[in-house]
Amino acid sequence: MKNNIISLQNISVAFDGERILNDINLDIKDKEFVTLLGPSGCGKTTTLRIIGGFLTPDGGTVKFEGKEINNAPPHKRNINTVFQRYALFPHLNVYENIAFGLKVKKLPDKEINERVGKMLELVNLKGFEKRSINRLSGGQQQRVAIARALVNEPKVLLLDEPLGALDLKLRKEMQTELKRIQQRLEITFIYVTHDQEEALTMSDTVVVMNNGNIQQIGSPVDIYNEPINAFVADFIGESNILNGRMIKDLLVEISGREFECVDKGFGEDVPVDVVIRPEDIKIISPDNAKINGVVQSVTFKGVHYEMVIEAYDFKWLVHSTKAAEVGSNVGLDFDPYDIHIMKKMEVEA
Amino acid sequence: MKKLISAPYLLWAAVFIVVPLIMVAYFAFFDNGKFTLEYVSSVAQYSNIFVRSIWLAAVATVICLIIAYPIAFILTRMERSYQSTMLMLVMLPMWMNFLLRTYAWMTLLGNNGVINNFLGFFGLGPFKMLNTSGAVVLGMVYNYLPFMILPLYTVMEKIDVSVLEAAQDLGCNSANTLMRVVLPLSLPGVMSGITMVFVPAISTFIISRMLGGGGNLLIGDLIEMQFLGNSYNPNLGASIALVLMVIILLIMTIMNQFDDDGDRVLM
Repeated sequence: MKNNIISLQNISVAFDGERILNDINLDIKDKEFVTLLGPSGCGKTTTLRIIGGFLTPDGGTVKFEGKEINNAPPHKRNINTVFQRYALFPHLNVYENIAFGLKVKKLPDKEINERVGKMLELVNLKGFEKRSINRLSGGQQQRVAIARALVNEPKVLLLDEPLGALDLKLRKEMQTELKRIQQRLEITFIYVTHDQEEALTMSDTVVVMNNGNIQQIGSPVDIYNEPINAFVADFIGESNILNGRMIKDLLVEISGREFECVDKGFGEDVPVDVVIRPEDIKIISPDNAKINGVVQSVTFKGVHYEMVIEAYDFKWLVHSTKAAEVGSNVGLDFDPYDIHIMKKMEVEA
Repeated sequence: MKKLISAPYLLWAAVFIVVPLIMVAYFAFFDNGKFTLEYVSSVAQYSNIFVRSIWLAAVATVICLIIAYPIAFILTRMERSYQSTMLMLVMLPMWMNFLLRTYAWMTLLGNNGVINNFLGFFGLGPFKMLNTSGAVVLGMVYNYLPFMILPLYTVMEKIDVSVLEAAQDLGCNSANTLMRVVLPLSLPGVMSGITMVFVPAISTFIISRMLGGGGNLLIGDLIEMQFLGNSYNPNLGASIALVLMVIILLIMTIMNQFDDDGDRVLM
C-alpha cells in the first residue's frame, strides 16, 4: 500500500466571486502518474497551481506527506513544475537553465556539473549545453524544461499541459518518453491535460474534472469502460449518450426497445443516461435488429469508418472497419456489457 | 526599389546629421580656413567643468535608476487598467513646459521659498538649497526620471510571469528572483534608461542655470556662453561640443560592454 504524498481536502477557490474549484478532495499516492483531465476552465490548472504553491486556496487544506503546506511558498516545497509554455530563462543557455535550481541552492560546482550531465543524458540533450534557448526547437525546449525541474530531485513533478505546443508525432514520442522518465526516476507526476488520449496513454490514475468539480477518479481502463456519468463518457472518447429508462435490474429501455444489460441497483422505472461506445456497435441486417436506422454519412478515418446512423430521432455514431452505404437501411446491435448505464446528471447551471 | 524608398531618409540624415557634425568639427579645427589645434587643446582648461558635469549627471542617473527600477517593476505587476493610468501619471509632468517645471523648483527651494517657509514655522532653517549642486541633481532627477521609467517598464513588461514563477519553483525567494532573473532580463532597459538620462543630463544648461546659480557651471552652460553669451567664441564652443561627444561615446561604449546579451542599446 503506497502512501499519499499529496492530499487535497475540501479545497475551494473563487476568482472575483466566480467559483473555480468546488470542494475538491483528492489523494495522490507516491510514485503515481496522475492526470488531471478536463475541458479548459474546469479547474485543473488551478488545482496544479495550488499544489505548486502559486495559489493559496480560499478554503481547505493542502497536505504534503501528511503535513499542511497551505502557506508554504513554492520555493519551500519539494515540488517542481514544468510550465505550459516552458518558461525557460531566456538569458541563460541550456546548461545554465538546468543548473539554475542547484545554483540557487549553492551546491558545489562539481556536483552541479554531475547532476546536470545526468539530466542532459536523461532527456537526450547531450552536446546542447552551450546552446541558447532561443535556438532550440519546441521539443528541445520541452526537454530542457523537464530536465530543469527534475534535476532538483523533487518528490513530485507537476506538468501543466507540457505537450500542448508540440505537433502530433512529437507529442506521441514525448508521451512515451515522459512515462519512461517517470518510471525510471520513481517519482510522482501530476499531469494536466485536456487531451483524453494523452491521459489514457500515460496515467496510472486519471482524475476527470468539470466546472470545478471532480467527476471521477480511476484507472484509465475504469474511466473508459465504466464512466460514472454522461460527462465523463462524452469527454473520454466518443460516445452515444441516450435517454433511457431502467425497467428493472438487468433490463433497460432504449428508444422504446428493451435491452438486457449488466447494471443493477438503479431501482425500477428510473430515467437514466445510457452510454454506448461507437466501436461497440455492430451493424447487422435490419431484419433481425431491434433498432433500425438510415445511414446519414460515412467518413473514412484511417483505421475505421465513422458513420452517423439515424434511428428513432437519435443520431448514432458508429465506428466500423466496414462501411455501409449512405442512405441504406441498417440494423444496430450491441452486447449487454457494452451498454453503460449512469444516473442522470444533475442539471448544471 | 528599396534604395528609392530610403532615399529621402538618407538625404535627411546627410543634411541634418552628417553635415552639421562636419560643420562642428570644422569649427573646432579651423579658424578662418586655417587648421588649428588651439581651440581643441584649450578645452583642457575647463576640465573641472567636465568633471563636475560628468559627476552630477552620473549621480542623477544613479538616483533615477534607484527610484525608477522599483516603480517600473511594480507598474508591470499591476492590473492592466491601473498600469495605463499610472503610466499616464508618469508621463504627465513631461507635457508641462520644461522651463516652467524647473522654475517651479526655484520657488520651492529658495531661501524664501515654500520649503524654507514651512520649516520656518518649526524654527528651522532657512537652509541653503537653491544654487547648490544638490539642487542641480534634483532638477535632473525630476526632469529625466520618466526617461528612466519608460524603457525599464517596456523591458520588464515583456518578462513572462511564468518565468518568475519558474524561478520561485526552482528555489528562489523574492530577492533571488530579482537578482537572478528580473535584473538580467531587464538589463537592456537599464542600459537604455541610463543612456536616456545621462546624455541629456550631462549637456543640460537650463537646469544648472536656474537651480545651480553661478557656482555650478556645467558643460552645457559653457557651450551656450560661447555662442549666445558675452564670450562669443564659436570655435571654442564647437571644440567643447566635440570633446563632450567623444566623452559620451566613450562612456556609452564602456557601458555596452556590460550588456553582454548583444542587445544594442539606444544611443
